[in-house]
Amino acid sequence: MEKPLTQYINPNRPALHLKEYERVGGYSALRKALTMAPKDITNMVQEADLKGRGGAGFNTGMKWSFVPMDPDIGTKYLIANADEMEPGTFKDRLLMEGNPHQLIEGMIIAAYAIQANVSFIFLRWAYKKAARLLEQAIAEAYDAGYLGRPMGSTGYQLHLHLHTGVGRYICGEETALLNALEGKRATPRLKPPFPQISGLFGRPTIVNNVETLCNVPHIVNNGPDWFKALSNSGDAGTKLYGVSGRVKTPGIWELPLGTPMDQLLEDHAGGMQDGYRFRGALPGGASTDFLVTEHLKINLDYKSVASAGSRLGTGTMVVLDDRTCPVGFVHNLEHFFAQESCGWCSPCREGLPWTEKILRSIEDGRGTIQDLEILEQHTIQLGPGRTFCALAPGAMEPLQSALKYFREDFESHISQKKCPWR
Amino acid sequence: MHIDSILSEQEIAAIEKEVAKLPMPKAACIEALKIVQQHRGWVSDDSLQLIAQHLQMSTAELDSVATFYNLIFRKPVGRHVILLCDSISCYVMGYEKIYEGLQRQLQIGFGETSPDGRFTLLPNACLGTCDHAPALMIDQDTYPDLKPEQLEAILNTYP
Repeated sequence: MEKPLTQYINPNRPALHLKEYERVGGYSALRKALTMAPKDITNMVQEADLKGRGGAGFNTGMKWSFVPMDPDIGTKYLIANADEMEPGTFKDRLLMEGNPHQLIEGMIIAAYAIQANVSFIFLRWAYKKAARLLEQAIAEAYDAGYLGRPMGSTGYQLHLHLHTGVGRYICGEETALLNALEGKRATPRLKPPFPQISGLFGRPTIVNNVETLCNVPHIVNNGPDWFKALSNSGDAGTKLYGVSGRVKTPGIWELPLGTPMDQLLEDHAGGMQDGYRFRGALPGGASTDFLVTEHLKINLDYKSVASAGSRLGTGTMVVLDDRTCPVGFVHNLEHFFAQESCGWCSPCREGLPWTEKILRSIEDGRGTIQDLEILEQHTIQLGPGRTFCALAPGAMEPLQSALKYFREDFESHISQKKCPWR
Repeated sequence: MHIDSILSEQEIAAIEKEVAKLPMPKAACIEALKIVQQHRGWVSDDSLQLIAQHLQMSTAELDSVATFYNLIFRKPVGRHVILLCDSISCYVMGYEKIYEGLQRQLQIGFGETSPDGRFTLLPNACLGTCDHAPALMIDQDTYPDLKPEQLEAILNTYP
């Protein structure tokens, strides 16, 4: 089984420095890319069907194809979204700490494909080790002439800057990220115009997730057919899957897209810890609907998870066990979302704190049966199409599925006037 | 309290390095806030005014940015800042026990600074250490797989 993204990542030894990365074939994809027309790289990535690994799952090559390619268009930007803050998600950390040059090479190829000359990595504040390693790797790439100087016969050159954030989950939303990079409050922007046309400082901009960009050199080296054959499903490539919660061996594994959920939980995460039973899981971070026991056989690809009523999201699973209160679990999630709402639109700013307070009162034994109706109304009023961005609809996903799958637990809190787990 | 009436040469040099990467000075304001906070521990009203003047923007506009981000401190903090992850994986793995332990050791709750000015304790959203939950950060250091009984020894390494 091929693991292109993690083949050179070994937690027991330091990340590859430039010379080591080159020795195992690093930057050969960039050299190949520079012999190709930018448009042909975009077409290749589009044909490979590389779906965005940040959660939305949009075809990456198609996203790039919306960037205007008029040679007189002026400054364009490429941004790596490394603001990994989805609760339960820790996959991009592994890629940046384990092989920072892979990300840099992917960024240079992506920037060349859209003919951007300036790029940024927007890294979350907490990833100190990743920041240090990326800084070193960027300096090495400048010294070696992969950055900051015209390359080969193309004359193409790219600048790359590392920006570390100062908190707030909403910075991971791509238009909020652009505002943060411009030195503004990170509220999302109205779309259209899409960033591909008018993004950072009003210039054409592509924002891609770290894992997405790390796939690019491998696609350029090996081609779309190879990339599609890596998968067990209709979705191409491998995926970094993670599991956290009360399993025996929590962690991250690179597996074919479409790996069955029970295989991930049993063969890789080692099954549940002794004395704990599986009750459900959020398959792709905090803003995805619960999957439960009846879903254990499904394949973890975009389409199959959607058919089961959830989203693959970031591919990092958080497990709910039988000794953790589902109401407390969902309250914790809604506390997070209420706190991280940017406050720009009313449904999110007002609705999420209300949701959190109701869940708190149910958890504390002060809930009424009417509260469940109010929560259900919120899942509709804060749903897709009713808010400015995807934060509140994402927040409603675990809530609406908890009300469906764990309804009797909500009801027992109300009838017993206390949390049965406390 | 340490209040400088001008930005130091070091602060200005670091800010200018960031300004050079961007099309307009005020786009560097988050970097500038970080730089000043790194030197002074937090961002006072005076510091805010100095940065705003330097970047040719209004103090009010800069404050609207500064107060949006939870890791820009607009109040004084202790010599060390503890960020305890209170998000979902750490919830499942028992961050509440760690919080209780910290409260016992330091006699402070979230949002407070110990009377000796040594520690400020803050909750923080997911630190991305979910496979080693519960976790916290003190200054630049991450502590994974925490148990309440380890807290005393860890805290003792921060004078």
